[in-house]
Parts: sequence; structure tokens; C-alpha cells
Amino acid sequence: MKVAIASGKGGTGKTTVATCLAHLLPAHGQPTTYVDCDVEEPNGHIFLGPRIERSENVSIPIPVIDHELCTNCGNCCEICRFNALACLPKKVMVFPSLCHGCGGCALVCPEGAITEMPRAIGVVERGSAGDLGFLQGRLAVGEALATPVVRAVKRAVPERGIVILDAPPGTSCPVVETIRGVDWVVMVTEPTPFGLNDLKLAVGAVRKLGLTTSIVINRSDVGDSGVEDYCKEEGLDVILKIPHSRTVAEAYARGEMPVLAVPGYADMLEKLADAVLTRMREAEKR
Amino acid sequence: MKIAVTSRGPEMTSDVDPRFGRAKWFVIVDTETGESEAIDNTSGVEAGSGAGVQAAARVAGSGVEYVLTGHCGPNAFRTLAAAGVKIITSVTGTVEEAVGKIKDGELSPTDAADVNGHWT
Repeated sequence: MKVAIASGKGGTGKTTVATCLAHLLPAHGQPTTYVDCDVEEPNGHIFLGPRIERSENVSIPIPVIDHELCTNCGNCCEICRFNALACLPKKVMVFPSLCHGCGGCALVCPEGAITEMPRAIGVVERGSAGDLGFLQGRLAVGEALATPVVRAVKRAVPERGIVILDAPPGTSCPVVETIRGVDWVVMVTEPTPFGLNDLKLAVGAVRKLGLTTSIVINRSDVGDSGVEDYCKEEGLDVILKIPHSRTVAEAYARGEMPVLAVPGYADMLEKLADAVLTRMREAEKR
Repeated sequence: MKIAVTSRGPEMTSDVDPRFGRAKWFVIVDTETGESEAIDNTSGVEAGSGAGVQAAARVAGSGVEYVLTGHCGPNAFRTLAAAGVKIITSVTGTVEEAVGKIKDGELSPTDAADVNGHWT
């Protein structure tokens, strides 16, 4: 059972909900893994405090030109959509930082002058936080390609048990890669025009991928009714409303999980845990 | 001597475009004959990444000795330098005026990129 916690807008409480939910699930007798797919700024580890046991490099293949074999035909530059190759009158140059590692240049080279060399762009780290399995991707500083790192993290996800995927904000490629193929997407949003605008975009992306989604409204007692009205109109299930609380914000600022630091918070999040477990049982029946 | 001037339009009277990779046009001028030719760089303007690299390869392919522009980033600079093209930055005014300045020896090439890259 794979559940992605996404949002559209950043700062709505994705990581708070994802870490708290993941923390509660092992006590229900289900092996659970928390997976931080927000590889540009993974921060779930701050709250879960995992012990990292293994770290593996994530690489993309970049072209290396054999200038002895190269005839300067220009095919490689023509196929490259990212302008990572420059075909000059007398030589071909490679710009590794622009390369997306698609391998197109090596395929079209008629002389076999292009070989590929791995270039590390990030890491996948595995470990555990008590009973909870922990997995995160981390994009190296200065790198731009988050999606291959997310893909590598997802390859490392265990097949059994419950997997909670903490998605990056937004609706771009790293988010799509995170939610692709999951069983359920939980959107954490806030009742503001910003939250609503980005929620609409995220719901659009989720529907395009043929996934089902439910909504958690965080800080539900501030802002306006726009998000709830939208959810009603669209038939979206609002499974949890979490009221605004200064003590939650204070716990978060100290790097503590509200389920441990704020009385009553765990009871609210148990509702979400129950919803996950119910869906899991239903899926097993089918 | 052939030179390329980044330009907002295809004419000699067009203003110099301060950007290199995403300049709208390149006007290629032969300073001996006075002949000029405009290259449309819409593909550079619309490139997702590597606009400077693409523009540099294209300009180098047209056989110019100098590029006159406003600013030039590191990837474009490396590419032009590898092709033996000299780069003059901080050029303003019209294409015609820029050509006049280089003819009069008022401009000298730069030995480094003058702005940071957008992607690296």
C-alpha cells in the first residue's frame, strides 16, 4: 500500500502530516516505511531522527566523445533537446551540467564515438527510526535534475507493508514521478486562495494520472471557505481537518513531531492512519 | 573580417540585444564589404536550457571572428573560446554603431564570462 502525501502549495504541512502518520502506523502491526521524495530539500529526517545505514550514489550517464573517431557530423547536437553538446566547426564539446542523461547522442552517433560515463547527482539513503523504515533521496547541491533521484528512491521502496511517500511541493516532474503508481494520494492543503489555487493544479495532475485523492485541510479554522467549497463541487473527500495551533508550530520549529509534542494531535492523526489501514484492507480483499 | 552582433531586430539600425544566448537575432556583418545577414534566433529565445551553448555553436558555425554583445555567460564563453571566436561584451547602441566602434578600434575582447550561468 503506497500513499503519497502531496500538496500543490508548499508549506501546508505535508511533512508534518507524513512524518506523524508514518510514526503512528507501525503500532498498528504494519511494517511501514517513510520515504522522503522531496529530494531538493528532504527534511523528514529532522523530525524522525533516523539512523542511516546505507547510502548509494544516484548517477546519470553523460557522453564522452572520442575525438579520434568523431567525424563532426553533428547528429548528436541535433538530437540533444537540452543543448548539452556544442558542435563547433572542428570539435564537439560536452556540457555535463546541462545533460539529462537520455543517451540519445550515443544512439545516433554513426561512428560509435560516444561512450557514457556516470555522473553522480545525488544519493539514496536508507535506515530506520525505531520500528519505522526510512528512505530518502538527496539531490547534490548545485544540481538541477531532481527527477532521476526521485526515480532511484522509488526503486528502493519495499514491496510489502505500508509506504508513506512525502512528495515535493508543486506539480512538476519530481511530483509526478513521486505519485506515479501509488495507491492513494493525500493532499494536504490550507484554506487560503494560495492553497486553493495550487490544490486545483495538483488535483488536475493526480486525475490525469488516474489516481484517487483525498484532502486534509490543515489550519482549517483560518482563511476562507474556498477550499471546502471546491472540494464539495469536485466531490473530493475531506478526510481530516486540523485546526491551527501555535503549539504545533512551536513543536515544528524545535524539530519535534506534533504527535509526540502536542496533546490531542495523535488522536487526530489516528483518523488518517485508520483511513490508510481501511484502504489497505479493502485493496487486499480485491 | 566577419563579426556577429546580437540584435533585437534584423536590421543594421536595430538595437544591440544585451543577451547573448537568448538574443532575438544575430546580425552577421562583413566589415570589408559592408554586407550583412540576419540569423533568427527564436530557437535560442525559446530554449529550455543551454541557449548560450546553442547560440555559440551557431555563431561559430557562421565563421565569425568576433561576437559583439551585452553579456556572455560561462558556457557560451567556453564554447566561443573553443571555436576561436573572440567576445566583446558591454556593447550598446545600434548594430551599425557597434560595427563602427570595432572598426575604429574602440572595442577590445574580454577574457572571461561577465555574468553567471542560469543553470549551473
